[in-house]
Amino acid sequence: METQTPAQLHENGDRMIVNMGPSHPVTHGTLHIVLELEGEIIVKATPNIGYLHRGIEKLGESLTYQQFIPLTDRMNYCSSLMNNVGYTVAVEKLLGIQDPPRSRVLRVLCSELARIGDHLVCIGINAVDIGAFTAFLYLFKERETIYDMFEMMAGARLHSSFTRIGGLFRDIPKEFEPLCEQFLESCPKAVDEMEALLTHNPIWADRTKGVGAITAENAISWGYTGPCLRAAGIAHDLRKAQPYLDYETYDFDIPIAATGDVYDRYLVRTEEMRQSFRIIRQCLDRLKEIGPGPVIIDDYKVALPPKEKVYTRMESLIHHFKLIMHGIEMPVGEVYSATEAANGELGFYLVSDGGKSPYRIHVRAPCFPIFSSFDEQVRGRIIADAVSVLGAMNIIAGEMDR
Amino acid sequence: MVIERIDEQMPGVILDRHAFRGDQTILVDRDRLLEVVDLIFAEGFQLLVDVTAMDALPREPRFDVVYHWLNLTSQERLRLKVRVAEGVSVPSLVSRFKSADWSEREVFDLFGIPFEGHPNLQRLMMWEDFPGHPLRKDFPLDGGDLFCTQDIGASYSPEARSLNA
Amino acid sequence: MAAINLDDSVMTTRLDAVVNWARKNSLWPLPFGTACCAIEFMSMMASRYDFSRFGAEALRFSPRQSDMLLVLGTITNKQAPVLRQVYAQMAEPKWVVSVGVCASSGGMYRTYSTLQGIDRVVPVDVYVPGCPPRPESMIYGVMKLQEKIVKEGRTDRKEHLERFYESLARQEELQEAGGLSSYQVVREMVLAAGEQGKQQIW
Repeated sequence: METQTPAQLHENGDRMIVNMGPSHPVTHGTLHIVLELEGEIIVKATPNIGYLHRGIEKLGESLTYQQFIPLTDRMNYCSSLMNNVGYTVAVEKLLGIQDPPRSRVLRVLCSELARIGDHLVCIGINAVDIGAFTAFLYLFKERETIYDMFEMMAGARLHSSFTRIGGLFRDIPKEFEPLCEQFLESCPKAVDEMEALLTHNPIWADRTKGVGAITAENAISWGYTGPCLRAAGIAHDLRKAQPYLDYETYDFDIPIAATGDVYDRYLVRTEEMRQSFRIIRQCLDRLKEIGPGPVIIDDYKVALPPKEKVYTRMESLIHHFKLIMHGIEMPVGEVYSATEAANGELGFYLVSDGGKSPYRIHVRAPCFPIFSSFDEQVRGRIIADAVSVLGAMNIIAGEMDR
Repeated sequence: MVIERIDEQMPGVILDRHAFRGDQTILVDRDRLLEVVDLIFAEGFQLLVDVTAMDALPREPRFDVVYHWLNLTSQERLRLKVRVAEGVSVPSLVSRFKSADWSEREVFDLFGIPFEGHPNLQRLMMWEDFPGHPLRKDFPLDGGDLFCTQDIGASYSPEARSLNA
Repeated sequence: MAAINLDDSVMTTRLDAVVNWARKNSLWPLPFGTACCAIEFMSMMASRYDFSRFGAEALRFSPRQSDMLLVLGTITNKQAPVLRQVYAQMAEPKWVVSVGVCASSGGMYRTYSTLQGIDRVVPVDVYVPGCPPRPESMIYGVMKLQEKIVKEGRTDRKEHLERFYESLARQEELQEAGGLSSYQVVREMVLAAGEQGKQQIW
């Protein structure tokens, strides 16, 4: 009979209230969980979010479509390129245009690199929270190589804002492909080392097997997508089910597991990284086949004309002026476009009234419904399991709170 | 396609429909929302992807509550909209879809649309006594904060002391 | 008894210099990580940039056990009272490094929910710009803080700390008086400071 408030229960000695956060050692961004404990057993866990709510959706209503791209970077900051790709795919759907083939291959390449980066952070941090610090150091060395590649492509390590509406910011330099080949040699070995440290480790298995298990129907009811849903046994991946950016032409598999617990989520993420290596290998081969070409659409009503033309031709100057001052001319309508981000289905709901800013922009963050199921996942378990489950859900507060 | 099935079994419940760039959208009256939802749940639309809203001030009724569903077997998506005026509540879908829990709380927090039957309708993103509902069109972007638009005594303004002092 | 030659083993200096030397070379950070800058901080702790060269390997997530508060990421209005409380709980001497533009000035988020710079609510020693700043920039920021520490006096209590604790007392009075939450009180104090033309509430 819960007629007493948590504070009263605390005073009366039945339950202890422990606050996990909002300032906490786990690096998932800032979130707050109020744990009601009886001894070590969690009786109730109430997540309290909004500590990183920056007002992106409202800010988007006063920015142009192109100006929103840097805001998308900062949502899921572990894999920022995937957010850029997801957003520009949504705007291109609204406009009804498609980017050139070379741009599509490069977008797939950098999405998969970002996906690997996100899984490296997720598994690394999950291991650090549980106490296995070494895996984190090995994985972060590979993440530095990914940062070097992003810096080479786009100029910035973490928030690259690489895509533009209609294509990409610029083409990759020639030093990129050798570095990528070297990455494809060294990263699988680092993932092997990490697996040697964790997969058959009895301590890791004790902390993660059976923790946070979820049935497939329950996962669907909670709105799970992404690795957490695949760990529960449902083979749903938007790259196969509703392909975008020519994903249907790439050869890769979707790993699934059976119980949906933390160990299964770890295995699914590890295997997804290996599948991403396959996709990147195919992208590199495809880039050689396609050869040099444009990386942004040729329509100057959508994409800025190249500088040489702007300085020498009148029409290009006028197009540049109109694009910067008035923005792109959007049709009136609404779209919902979803891509498979590292955490699940990242959706953008764009409503356009024909003006230069979206009338309403809503981001469907994959970890938002996943975190809402936290209470059910940890109830009745001990407090140490709360940390494992939190790590395996891969909560990125920037995306969840927007 | 699911819209045809809805028309067969519940004729007249769809007030408006359109398709744009491959997305199908239907508009339903608030009082018949639960029946339509039960029908589409039976049709296989069991993943409630998102609940969100839009403020179309000065149109009457002001708010559009927008639901997105995904059918995992047929890979079809459906968008359903419900129009409500200020203060009118929408039936909550929490008993059927657990993912509606936080999405509806977020809509309540940011727009002020109440959901009847929701077990824990409290603010989610903003704090409990925050004045107003931020995503409404009549709420200013900076929320009244002068620091957003003015450099009040900022360290880079001419009166500030130099960095090496 | 023979005279002992201590020439090479004794050094004379001022007590302040020794204390400041010890303090600057063993800054234990409290990474108050909220957003993306925390990921760059993790890179800084990893092997390529290796922040532990500066004596800062011991990351203590408890304010009682650390002396440098690294604010990494956007601080929203909901997080502001939490930041104030964590800063208040730290023992002196304590320093604050505001890492990234979101913490220094609100960054690109000129919105209703983002605090336009943590210096509105806590005193800041070093600001590191960047979105996110490269690990080298963050290391440079900490080196600047070390230069600042060298010039400090050992026993002067800093005047900004007095003002901060006074503002904390004012905040608690307002909470009691109005029955409001700490979030709303800090927000109102920040808005009132803006209207009066003052940059900060402490």
